Amino acid sequence: MTRRPVACAVLLLTTIGTGCKHPSTSSSGLKPTATGSAIVVSSGDKQAAPTGSVLANPLVVQVNDDQGNSVTGALVEFHGPAGVLFDPAAVLTDSSGQATTAVRLGTIGGLYEVSATTPGKSHPVTLQIAETALGYQQQLGSILQDKYCSRCHDPESSAAQVSNYDNLAVKPHAFTDGNTYNKMSNADMLSIIQHGGPALNRSALMPPYGNTLSPTDVQAVIAYIRVMADPPYRPAGTVYGQK
Amino acid sequence: MKSVKQLISSAWRALFGDTMRAFGIVSVILMLTLAIAPAKDHFSQWHGYQNGYLAMIRERGDAISLRRRFEPGIQQIWHPEIGVVDRCETCHEGLKEASLADVTTQPFRKHPVIPHPLDRYGCTICHRGQGAATTVEEAHYSKLAGVDPILPARYIESGCGQCHQNALTGTPQLNLGRQYLAQYGCVNCHMVKMPDGTVMKATDDPPSLEHIADKTTREWIFTWLKNPQAYAASATMPNYKLSDADASDLSAYLISSSKPLAGDVDTTIIPAAKNADPSAGASLYGESFCATCHAVQNAAGNLVGGDVGPELTRVGNKVKPAWLQAWIENPHSYDAHTLMPHYRFTPQQVATLTGFLMSKSDSDYSTDVHLGTATAAQIAHGRKLVAELGCAACHTINGVKKPDNFAPDLSQIGSKPLAQLIFLPGMKQTLPTYIASKIKDPSAFGPGMKMPLLPLTDAQRESVTTALLALSERSQTMPEKLRIPGVHQTTYEPAGRAGKLMADLACFSCHRINGHGSDLAPDLSLEGSAVQAQWLDSFLKNPNTLRPALTRRMPRFNLSDADRKTLTDYIMVAYQSPNIDPDKAPPAVNPPALVEQGRQLFYSKYACQSCHTANTNTDKGYIGPVLAQVGTRLQPAWIYAWLKNPQALRPGTIEPNQNISDEDARAMTAFLMTLKSPGKQEGKQ
Repeated sequence: MTRRPVACAVLLLTTIGTGCKHPSTSSSGLKPTATGSAIVVSSGDKQAAPTGSVLANPLVVQVNDDQGNSVTGALVEFHGPAGVLFDPAAVLTDSSGQATTAVRLGTIGGLYEVSATTPGKSHPVTLQIAETALGYQQQLGSILQDKYCSRCHDPESSAAQVSNYDNLAVKPHAFTDGNTYNKMSNADMLSIIQHGGPALNRSALMPPYGNTLSPTDVQAVIAYIRVMADPPYRPAGTVYGQK
Repeated sequence: MKSVKQLISSAWRALFGDTMRAFGIVSVILMLTLAIAPAKDHFSQWHGYQNGYLAMIRERGDAISLRRRFEPGIQQIWHPEIGVVDRCETCHEGLKEASLADVTTQPFRKHPVIPHPLDRYGCTICHRGQGAATTVEEAHYSKLAGVDPILPARYIESGCGQCHQNALTGTPQLNLGRQYLAQYGCVNCHMVKMPDGTVMKATDDPPSLEHIADKTTREWIFTWLKNPQAYAASATMPNYKLSDADASDLSAYLISSSKPLAGDVDTTIIPAAKNADPSAGASLYGESFCATCHAVQNAAGNLVGGDVGPELTRVGNKVKPAWLQAWIENPHSYDAHTLMPHYRFTPQQVATLTGFLMSKSDSDYSTDVHLGTATAAQIAHGRKLVAELGCAACHTINGVKKPDNFAPDLSQIGSKPLAQLIFLPGMKQTLPTYIASKIKDPSAFGPGMKMPLLPLTDAQRESVTTALLALSERSQTMPEKLRIPGVHQTTYEPAGRAGKLMADLACFSCHRINGHGSDLAPDLSLEGSAVQAQWLDSFLKNPNTLRPALTRRMPRFNLSDADRKTLTDYIMVAYQSPNIDPDKAPPAVNPPALVEQGRQLFYSKYACQSCHTANTNTDKGYIGPVLAQVGTRLQPAWIYAWLKNPQALRPGTIEPNQNISDEDARAMTAFLMTLKSPGKQEGKQ
């Protein structure tokens, strides 16, 4: 019977001890002054940039507590696959609870899953963020679609580029619409871009580009649509290793 | 001693005692010697990688076809005419295997799709490194003095720039880098001779300082010199990090050397300028489309407007009202070569705009600077500084000659031997790192460094580094047949009265004609074949909106009837397409059946309404120009030729070539020619 209070005291002391010790042992040398329980994206996710380059906008995440209020001084660590660099890789949240980092993508084109982790009250909280690296062909496709396609296919308007999406009787699909495009074969995509919508029994509002864009250019646009697809595109018929 | 001798002689006897034994031993030694080369091969690094590749493909579904294409031994791409001896494929076996797209471990990754076949030019031409090497260390890293290491992937576009002097669609970073070299005035001090033999020209157009005292005060010059970006965030003038005394002396010299502009004696400000209605000024600024060229910072701190002319956020802090008034009245009297058009404003409009722009000032900017009158010593020191800093390399300054070759020639900077570079302690010893660091902070490389700090972002610096790396020794020695020359401005100038008018209106600041001018607005080289003379005259009188989605618009100049006629006549005659024959044009008036057929084709087969508005009540297409009055604007021959092949008339236009048959094009031309402006239709009725 006498042992129980002692055991409780030991447990309590260890808990306090580890609780107090935990923040000061972060690998980055930063001293967090608070912990949060949730982490959300503020801006900078789902960007696309050429391989090896820094994303145009920094990645900003926000750490919140249980009530959803922002937490200042919480540690956020960024991790990514090999080749992805963060500047800085670990940062304390600012007065509005936000942690900002510049992301340099790796040298392989494709989808990158990066993560932001904050220690949390009881266990670390991790947020997965997707960014896209464009290889040469995909970047060429990106430039071409920006000139020829995005005015109709991108519903978002900006001051520099007003979208024509709302003016069309039949709505085109945004290039991120993986549910639609992933079902189409490369041959079908080539055909609809080169010969226009009627080639696949679709709207004539999609004009033919076969006399305007070279086959290389059209392939580049298809490569861009494939890499931007959300959910990601998996080519049918690929046989993977048995490892 | 004796025992050693005995030992050797007994060993000799044991090995070569009789002829048979000697023969056997010599044979064994010979065999071992012959085995050295294959053994070295077998235990080499690349052999290990080839075995690794074979082990990897064995696990895959298409192992048999991959195995069939696998070539053992040292692989080499050899192109003596471009100096390529690349053995990279010895280890990078899977470069050409499309099915290895999911492999991420090197050296077995597939090469991304690029426009050239890999065997044609080899690897080192873009990636650098040592092509002939067969070990990882020797091939990729610079261990020996003056040896090229592998180029980081983010500068890879520099490889394209060695042959392609033109702007490729697929190399945005290289194109931007070259643009910045010209735009930020790098080439005012540095010589950059492109491999095609042309010398890169600056596009930043730094103002002449010959009459600077007319324009601004010594205090403003001082504050500007201390930090140009504090006055205008978009300023391309670099920060020289001058001390107060140096900035003060420089301003003293510039003011004292300035000569008043001849004939510029009338400095009376039109009284209306002082009590001008602020909203009238803002609307005149908007109507005149000043924002096409000039930017102003909005409340959120973002720049709104173009970057052709200087930013105007704090222009009221800078210029003298009398100068501004004279400038708006006619900018060419102060600067004969300015890109700004002579707007022909009325005196009232000049006063309104002057008042509006003078109100664009920041009360916190340069308030506590009072410099008084300059002493002779200050002026003399200022003059010395102007020469030392090379101010005259960019600006025209009275009493100081433009220096020749002020900074090192950069024409072969992309192959500068590492032995000739001075690296900072702790810096990665490669050429890209050196170039990027030098641009980022020139003063770190020594106090005597004259190169100023350019206001570039990290991404812009990476672009400039890419463009500089493209200026390699290899780019100079490329065979002529591989070189794709750049597109350069021609020296085309229209002649006569129309030419004079076009220079006065600065048409070439926005339009390009016969290869001369800017690409802000449509190319007018074929305008005489495209439009109807009457429409052109009315457009010059009052430019209405043709493309509603564009923010840049043609401004309205208060042209006299005679001037408009001169311009219209000249454009209609001089800017004709040789491929459009007006005599063979489809007729402007057509039978109703053909018109109806054209309408059907327009709306259903070719669905032109997705981008164009032919009927303002039903169509909403917002990309191409509005066609509601196209019958009064364009000539039928142009419409027909355009429908047949838009890119032939305007290269790069986004309207796709739909391969329209002659018959369909004729019917649609008939339909489009019926779309007249309301006034015209009434006239007919």
